[in-house]
Amino acid sequence: MLNHLSKFIIKFFIIFLITLIPFSAFSEEKKINFIKTNWSFEGFFGTFDRSSLQRGYQVYQEVCSGCHSVQHLSYRNLSEKGGPEFSIEEAKAFASQFEVEDGPNSEGEMFMRLGRLSDKFVKPYPNVEASTAANGGAYPPDMSVLAKARTGGADYIYSLLMGYDEVPTGFELDDGVYYNKYMPGNKIKMSEPISEGIVDYSDGTNSTKAQIAKDVTTFLVWASEPHLESQHRMGFKTIIYLIILITLVYLSKKKVWSRFGSKEEEEETFDKVERAITEYEGENPKTFK
Amino acid sequence: MSEEKYIPKSKLGKWFDSRLPLLTLSHHLQAYPTPKNLNYWWTFGGILTFCLITQIVTGLVLAMHYVAHVDYAFESIEHIMRDVNYGWLIRYVHANGASMFFLAVYIHIFRSLYYGSYKSPREVIWIIGLLIYILMMATAFMGYVLPWGQMSFWGATVITNLFSAIPLVGESITTWLWGGYSVDNPTLNRFYSLHYLFSFLIFGLVILHIWALHVPGNNNPVGIDVKKNTDETMPFHPYMVMKDLLALLFFVTIFLWFVFFAPNVLGHPDNYIEANPLVTPAHIVPEWYLLPFYAILRAIPSKLGGVIFMFSAIFILMLLPWLDTCKVRSATFRPIYKKLFWLLVFVVILLGYLGAKPPEGVYLILSRLGTFYYFIHFLVILPLLGRYEKTDPLPQSISDPVLDKPGMLDKFKKVASKYEGENVKSFK
Repeated sequence: MLNHLSKFIIKFFIIFLITLIPFSAFSEEKKINFIKTNWSFEGFFGTFDRSSLQRGYQVYQEVCSGCHSVQHLSYRNLSEKGGPEFSIEEAKAFASQFEVEDGPNSEGEMFMRLGRLSDKFVKPYPNVEASTAANGGAYPPDMSVLAKARTGGADYIYSLLMGYDEVPTGFELDDGVYYNKYMPGNKIKMSEPISEGIVDYSDGTNSTKAQIAKDVTTFLVWASEPHLESQHRMGFKTIIYLIILITLVYLSKKKVWSRFGSKEEEEETFDKVERAITEYEGENPKTFK
Repeated sequence: MSEEKYIPKSKLGKWFDSRLPLLTLSHHLQAYPTPKNLNYWWTFGGILTFCLITQIVTGLVLAMHYVAHVDYAFESIEHIMRDVNYGWLIRYVHANGASMFFLAVYIHIFRSLYYGSYKSPREVIWIIGLLIYILMMATAFMGYVLPWGQMSFWGATVITNLFSAIPLVGESITTWLWGGYSVDNPTLNRFYSLHYLFSFLIFGLVILHIWALHVPGNNNPVGIDVKKNTDETMPFHPYMVMKDLLALLFFVTIFLWFVFFAPNVLGHPDNYIEANPLVTPAHIVPEWYLLPFYAILRAIPSKLGGVIFMFSAIFILMLLPWLDTCKVRSATFRPIYKKLFWLLVFVVILLGYLGAKPPEGVYLILSRLGTFYYFIHFLVILPLLGRYEKTDPLPQSISDPVLDKPGMLDKFKKVASKYEGENVKSFK
């Protein structure tokens, strides 16, 4: 029985892998080799680097938030478990740096008040059109799920930030368009956003360009998957649980099926038949019984 | 059914069962005789039932939080992912569940093709199964539209536009489907409504599918009729239940691995960009499980032709019990069919690969060849094969112990072929 089961599993996996072929066609669309970085959040036990997330938030606020919104994040998320884990006071302080429109009040007027933990991240522009108009006709995408909305994910964002380069000779560029090695088509309307020392890290980390790119990418991955850590933790527990359960069910199944004659008996009959066949091969078929 | 008549033990049981025979039904489901030589490819029926129930339960919860409106749909998905307790888990199970459902259904269908389970007396099971498959595709397609991402919107646009290829009434049908002059809020609303409805239609058909199965009973890997209630069959409970459960747990492990560690690899990144009718994605690609049909659609140079071929590719399967004229069910005893079966598997996977590629150059040529072969396989090869293929001798019963062991079947066939011309029937 183990034999049957293992054969089945092997076949199943082969077929499973073959069905995956069509997916590889997706990723082959653009053959770009992104810069490979070791991300702490990848893999079975992946968790975010807390201080990198906190620095990433600083980079977002000081560099990106002028043009890019993160409209699905709330200020309370900054203090939640699995995120940058600022203290509640710190998160409140971040929120209160912004003014939010609220209302209408009892007189029917809209009014401005200080931001609270429950508010969504304040957007730099009121709507997509305003944002597009202010940025030379190119909409700076909302970054809430950016890490999931691009082939390559974190590697893509990191590579793009590091991928600004001299324009190769013979490559035509319009005004206000920049050359980037990792942008599809190599043309990007965003000027190089980060450079060495553009942020003065409050925790004293040396703000090299690579460090800044890494921190803000980590922040964006968390922004698009705020529950990633509990996802990984639960996943690990679930797989362990399933392995134990499978072992128990396998043993029960064997026990239940053994009522249908023991393995030894089966083996014996099998040997007898095999011997009979080999003995009579080539003999007169009439005697073959 | 040939089981002995069931009589409830308790007085209350008798009273109730004579008015509504639920106890008899429950007894039937437990005692249902299954051939004892069913292999693990037969466990996918149970796995599929599990998939359907998972989709319905997770879908129910998602529906409590989802907003079917073009301005809020994308946002409500993010609300589910971030703010609803375990919303991310429920949504990822639902999204990956669709892929797993199709993975299982394809294995289930190809198992049926290999072992000839569609042949008499199981034609009705096969046809109901195909109806379920068609409804599944419709449901999955509409479900993919609901997050209102770029692929949702453009996928919906491409697929609904296919109906405009129908002569005369095509344009009107498309407008009617859309509820307007483009894919917009009315389209999203009706897709949501139908997506919800279809899952229960599938559920109803699944009951008919199982009912139709329980009339003739299961086919089996040897493909000959079993004698019920002999030592050739075993009651469904506990034997098959345990076997199905074991296979299900393996399946669930793979399923949950995707959910927890790669929840987005089966989807397209573009669907995390909110739908924008003014920006067309570079490549509009359907979900992986629709790719073979997408390849067939694009292989035909005319739009109407493509649509006809694509739908024929599905409906041709309905005729399969009559196209395949061979009386022997299992491919184990059909040496030529066995090879052609694997060729068909290869062609379908190749078409799936080509469906994800742009329709140009060598991809287009291969798509056409693949499409050609797909139809030839069903329309020409199978009818002829039934007439000319020399099948191997069938064993007399599935309980032939010789057949239980790997390798023995081949040996048996070899020996049997030596005595060709003699009375093979008496070979025991």
